[in-house]
Amino acid sequence: MLAASAFFAGLVFGIGLIVSRMVSPAKVLGFLDLAGRWDPSLAFVMVGAIAIGVVAFGWARKRSVTLLGTPMLLPQAGAVDGRLVGGGALFGVGWGLAGFCPGPAVVALGAGQPKALVFVVAMLAGMLLFEFTERMRARAKAPVPIQTAQPSRDARC
Amino acid sequence: MTIDWTSFTPWSALTGGVIIGIAAAMLALLNGRVAGISGIVGGLLRPSFPDFTWRVAFVAGLLVAPILYATVATLPPIIVESGYPVLVIAGLLVGVGTRYGAGCTSGHGVCGLSRFSLRSVVATVVFMIAGFATVYVVRHVIGT
Repeated sequence: MLAASAFFAGLVFGIGLIVSRMVSPAKVLGFLDLAGRWDPSLAFVMVGAIAIGVVAFGWARKRSVTLLGTPMLLPQAGAVDGRLVGGGALFGVGWGLAGFCPGPAVVALGAGQPKALVFVVAMLAGMLLFEFTERMRARAKAPVPIQTAQPSRDARC
Repeated sequence: MTIDWTSFTPWSALTGGVIIGIAAAMLALLNGRVAGISGIVGGLLRPSFPDFTWRVAFVAGLLVAPILYATVATLPPIIVESGYPVLVIAGLLVGVGTRYGAGCTSGHGVCGLSRFSLRSVVATVVFMIAGFATVYVVRHVIGT
């Protein structure tokens, strides 16, 4: 049941990205190009999505279980730190370079766009790189004296 | 600043945004999860495969969406101007950045702002500024 609802949520999300035309990187770059001929469309996508989101998350916050009776697993409020800001900055640069963010890239891949495949493979490699550095960092922190390499600070952004 | 009135599509943008909001509402109210694409995809790459089934199902929905859409309407053009080397660099940056920053345009931009999360407000401001700055440099500093 949770798999079915997740599938339909993904399907509806993808259709929203297609209808809004954000699936096209040229459209996204038109929004990010403030100094050129600016296309404000992406701001309208955000307004439409957040208008529904505010109501939905306001309702979800008051509940401890979902409508299907499973636990509500929304994230807890956390602190702003260097990882958040550094990661956000790296993501923004990558987004501005090609005009792809994760959602539209996956949908464009489903549409058979070969350049989306290249982007998604590189994105997965970047995510694996993160998993790898996180594991190195956890190992460097662990009190096992066998480790000869110096704990690197490179893992932090 | 000049607005590109020929490309500006306020109604389809607003309609698409509402549909995205409904999808985020479905995942929150039925699955109890935030619709953050980078987090959902990134979770599939963890060694323990946490919640493998619903993550795969959500990504499958995203992949099937254009195929289903194409059966009833014409897909809008997907225009990718970047060459392959730029796509590889951009993909790596988006992959690493979204995992360190714990979210992307969907998780922070749509869901986080809807939840009034301070972390998401900060992340969204940072990646928007970085995106604006990158396009400025690429199109107006290097490109001229």
